[in-house]
Amino acid sequence: MSDTSAARLSVLKTYKLFIGGAFPRSESGRVYDVTTPDGRWLANAPLASRKDARDAVVAARKAFPKWSGATAYNRGQILYRIAEMLQGRHDQFRIQLAEAQGVDADRAAAAVDAAIDRWVWYAGWTDKISQVAGATNPVAGPYLNLSSPEPTGVVAVVAPVGSPLLGLVSVLAPVIATGNTAVLVADPAAPLPALTLAEVLATSDLPGGVVNVLTGRPAELGPPLAGHQDVNALDLTGASPDLAVDLEAAAAETLKRIHRPRTAEDFTADPGTGRLTAFLETKTVWHPIGV
Amino acid sequence: MKFEYAPAPESRATAEIAPSYGLFVDGGFREAADGRTFKTVSPSTEEVLSEVAHGGEADVDAAVAAARAAFPGWSALPGAERAKYLFRIARLVQERARELAVLETLDNGKPIRETRDTDLPLVAAHFFYYAGWADKLPHAGLGPNPRPLGVAGQIIPWNFPLLMLAWKVAPALATGNTVVLKPAETTPLTALRFAEICRQAGLPAGVVNVVTGDGTTGAALAAHPGLDKVAFTGSTSVGRAIARSLAGTGRRLTLELGGKAANIVFDDAPLDQAVEGIVNGIFFNQGHVCCAGSRLLVQESVADELLGRLKRRLGTLRLGDPLDKNTDIGAINSPEQLARIRQLADTGDAEGATRWTAPCDLPSTGYWFPPTLFTGVTQAHRIAREEIFGPVLSVLTFRTPDEAVAKANNTPYGLSAGVWTEKGSRILWMAQRLRAGVVWSNTFNRFDPTSPFGGYQESGYGREGGRHGLEPYLDV
Repeated sequence: MSDTSAARLSVLKTYKLFIGGAFPRSESGRVYDVTTPDGRWLANAPLASRKDARDAVVAARKAFPKWSGATAYNRGQILYRIAEMLQGRHDQFRIQLAEAQGVDADRAAAAVDAAIDRWVWYAGWTDKISQVAGATNPVAGPYLNLSSPEPTGVVAVVAPVGSPLLGLVSVLAPVIATGNTAVLVADPAAPLPALTLAEVLATSDLPGGVVNVLTGRPAELGPPLAGHQDVNALDLTGASPDLAVDLEAAAAETLKRIHRPRTAEDFTADPGTGRLTAFLETKTVWHPIGV
Repeated sequence: MKFEYAPAPESRATAEIAPSYGLFVDGGFREAADGRTFKTVSPSTEEVLSEVAHGGEADVDAAVAAARAAFPGWSALPGAERAKYLFRIARLVQERARELAVLETLDNGKPIRETRDTDLPLVAAHFFYYAGWADKLPHAGLGPNPRPLGVAGQIIPWNFPLLMLAWKVAPALATGNTVVLKPAETTPLTALRFAEICRQAGLPAGVVNVVTGDGTTGAALAAHPGLDKVAFTGSTSVGRAIARSLAGTGRRLTLELGGKAANIVFDDAPLDQAVEGIVNGIFFNQGHVCCAGSRLLVQESVADELLGRLKRRLGTLRLGDPLDKNTDIGAINSPEQLARIRQLADTGDAEGATRWTAPCDLPSTGYWFPPTLFTGVTQAHRIAREEIFGPVLSVLTFRTPDEAVAKANNTPYGLSAGVWTEKGSRILWMAQRLRAGVVWSNTFNRFDPTSPFGGYQESGYGREGGRHGLEPYLDV
């Protein structure tokens, strides 16, 4: 910090939720303290409520027809645009990650780099996953039989703990790459990168509602999402073991698809396709062949 | 009622053309070793656009050496890094799309509407698509460890200059190969602009090299012993010669050659839609399309009605200034091609077919041929057997689906086919029986980077586009 900046009082940011393309405060009016690992106060984050979670589901459902109906090429362009915009905010995220996690600048920068590249990885998958996961099936009869993957719908994601940007992007990007829409519950200890990422998403031609970001307590937000009739799938990556069991049980009532990694993920490793296929349905079309 | 159109010319100002251009070798532009040049002209005005270096054997040697030197570094890059170069190229093409479209229209003679709305969007999309494959090759279903081949020599035609470049360069680079590209003699300018884009993208020197010249340059490249792979798009006769010259060398080869596609219209087809598809099939890009629907096979019971509607529609096509945004039919690319079209069309008259020409005025300068169709064509006529590569449609009739299949397949080619019927099961029945690499149903001349393209029989081998388009550039 130079003398001139020390003399000037900086402007603090009011962090808000991201729902339906807008940045509302929590309807509950609640916030909680966000601090560095050694306890220095950074900001107030919204403490989202059950009602906020339901609003986010409504927004995600509303966005689903358009997003899932967009061409895969168009979705790929938008995911790549997110990478471009994230690259432009590299410094902001590096500083935010260093503060949130107490890591040095190099490690934080490496995480930002990897998060940008992760968007690029999934941008390339939008128009390839059906070529890898789909098939024409040689049925024993005069029929064309074609299987194609389709997005499952609205996916509620409990973001991983301890990787507030790379981990977050690694779970979010594959959900939306294939045309799902998402309600994301951020890492409660480090919610600011998620809310800043929302600003990137809001300026990347991503239609409002495709991604909705909630900050607060997973134990409070998880149950209304897991039990919601209009949520099709749950990603429990960041849920504690006890919470995950409860949410899986709640989700059983509506037979939601569940993705719950059995072991802790290394988000710096090759992501593979598992997170893409976890949130896909397979549709098989039969059509007769004959004059 | 006749509609008049005011001129709506696209500005040339977006595409400045230098008085001369060099070869692009090892990251820099240079003159040909022997100093030779050739002129490239605008086919619609015969205006000389620029002088371009004429690459000879020494230049091909230098380009192959540059590509060879660049290969270890390029192929060793992590796929994700190669991907980002290609994404950069895709974005730069998008940003400069209008400039490239105008340049392509000037150099090639095709309408700005096509370069702007078809060629350039497809070019960018092709790079975007293959960019995404660069770090996903183990997922392509081609084995666990696909490896690049090495240096690819790529020779492309004049009908879609930049699009054919994209079809060649994008998959080659995504898979880790380096390339020497030889654009067509009559359309070198957009490839040289692309070389500038490679520099803007920071692409390492030697990964892409562009050697301009005529057929002798292409022959020198195709036969160069320093290559691991040759990819050629063009005529079947040149393709045959390349296949001969590579025989026994072990070098890999893909060929995308000529075609004589059947566009088959059944009596239950939506006729107005079919008319649009027939027009698009043969008059798109002045018929300079290897997969053009140059043989119309129409079911006898609807032949008269369809031809009446088709002729009416052809009367509304606007032929003229390719830079005019209302133009449907541009100029024939070269006087040589015009002569070939005229000569083959004349055999149609001589062999007894009936010629019909769309009523339109031809400009006094440049190379032009009006939309033309022949009726009373038999399968023995040259205009039913040979690729005309111009705006000339040969009309034949059939009575049964079996007859349509037999006639459609009665060709040494096998690149594409079209089927028009409201009955889905018949479309698939026909598609099963047609010996062609692409079958369009109730549409024609659709292209997409995700969709493999390429022919059966003497239309060549290998596929470009889609997952399948990776394989010709990989050792799997």
